[in-house]
Amino acid sequence: MGLGSWLRDHPRTLEGTYKTTHQLFKRLDPLIARLGYKRVEALLRWPEEWLKGLVFDCRMCGMCVLHSTGMTCPMTCPKTLRNGPCGGVRVNGNCEVKPDMRCVWLEAYERSGDMPVYGDEMRWLQPPVNRELEGRSAWITMLTGEDVDYPACWPIPSDLTILSNSHD
Amino acid sequence: MTDQEPYLSGSRLERVLRAGRFAVTAELDPPDSANPQEVYDAALVLSQVCDAINATDAAGAHCHMSSVAICALLTRAGYEPVMQVSCRDRNRIAIQGDLLGAAAMGVKNILCLTGDDTSVGDQPEAKRVFDFDSIHLLRTAKIMRDEGRFLSGREITQPPRLFLGAVANPFVPPYDWRPYRLAKKIEAGANFIQTQYCFDLPRFEQFMQRVRDLGIDQKVCILVGVGPLRSERAAEFMRTHVPGVVIPDEIVERLRKTPKSKKREEGKRICIEIIQQVREIDGVAGVHVMAFKQEKLVAEIIEEAGLLPRPRQPKTEEDDSLGQERRWRRTEN
Repeated sequence: MGLGSWLRDHPRTLEGTYKTTHQLFKRLDPLIARLGYKRVEALLRWPEEWLKGLVFDCRMCGMCVLHSTGMTCPMTCPKTLRNGPCGGVRVNGNCEVKPDMRCVWLEAYERSGDMPVYGDEMRWLQPPVNRELEGRSAWITMLTGEDVDYPACWPIPSDLTILSNSHD
Repeated sequence: MTDQEPYLSGSRLERVLRAGRFAVTAELDPPDSANPQEVYDAALVLSQVCDAINATDAAGAHCHMSSVAICALLTRAGYEPVMQVSCRDRNRIAIQGDLLGAAAMGVKNILCLTGDDTSVGDQPEAKRVFDFDSIHLLRTAKIMRDEGRFLSGREITQPPRLFLGAVANPFVPPYDWRPYRLAKKIEAGANFIQTQYCFDLPRFEQFMQRVRDLGIDQKVCILVGVGPLRSERAAEFMRTHVPGVVIPDEIVERLRKTPKSKKREEGKRICIEIIQQVREIDGVAGVHVMAFKQEKLVAEIIEEAGLLPRPRQPKTEEDDSLGQERRWRRTEN
């Protein structure tokens, strides 16, 4: 039982930490921009990998969606799915690929229930991963906007329209 | 508004479903052979009892004749395939090319899946791709069809006309979230759904109740996956080795108690009972029959379940007007 697993069992705390960190980075953006994103990224990349690795087993995909996926890293799913569980989940809730591991998406779903701010974002359509960002610091790609530089035709993620107009 | 356009692809499956008829699809298991006759032999049996034939894409991560090639053979002979596309083996560049190529060969139905993992196949050392997940695949196909563009935005001179399908597995956790997973697939572009094997009816009824509560059964046609079990051993094998298949103990017990000579019949009877029961559930638009390389058994099941004759290619005006009553929403840009 390390710090990581304790934190993962407290999604509300994690969500709060995410929100604070996000705001902090946004506030620091002008300073970081002046120092140069590349230079700051060289400094930040390692601590980010270490910290997020410790807490989330982060794979440094470079376009972090943790808060939209129940503070659970979707890249730890052996199929690296970004939009929810596959149909291979075992009846005991374990992974199709790794029989001894609990399904990443089952954890994501459970945690999202205890996330008042971002919990509903589990329903959003997440775009395909931009593989060019692999290994980059998501803190920096978030500031430069590279993490939301989706393929030209991909819609901006939002709540499902088919659920919102289901009673018209 | 694109709602004016009557059909998305004009496939027989789409016409049958939009005419409000109970649809039947069946799975063709690809041969381990370069002989096209093996495909035609299976298709000849299936085509007489179903509206469209699914060509699987290396199901269970076992290599067979490719789904693109099977669909090419089937369309050449005038059959209607549902081309299964899995995300396991190809990246986004290959997949978009295959969708265009398939449409050019006359394929009008596509089934988008994540795909079984390489580890369950006979070449577990293979690299798993999963560049897309099934929702990426669905939306990309929708963009190609509705916007006439590749995902990158580059223009397609003649967009593919495709009736888009997705899969759903209501029988595995997280049960409460499965209806939302379905909703995501519909939002991404799914027009029809084929489910995993249904043996657990109470679970399926719960799922459908939630689907109806969310109103999403009105936005997609749900075909329930069914199939016969040959014996209790086959059932045990399936539920331990085939990812996502859940078979309740009662069904395994029922087969165990049946004398050896009658097991095949009993397995068939169970399947027919399930078809008749799911048919009564609101929001169920058809069945998808799967029985590994047993086309004749599939034909018997469909016949004995009272699903014959299949509608002739429904092209009458009456069918068209029925089809238009059902509203097909597409997200506006």
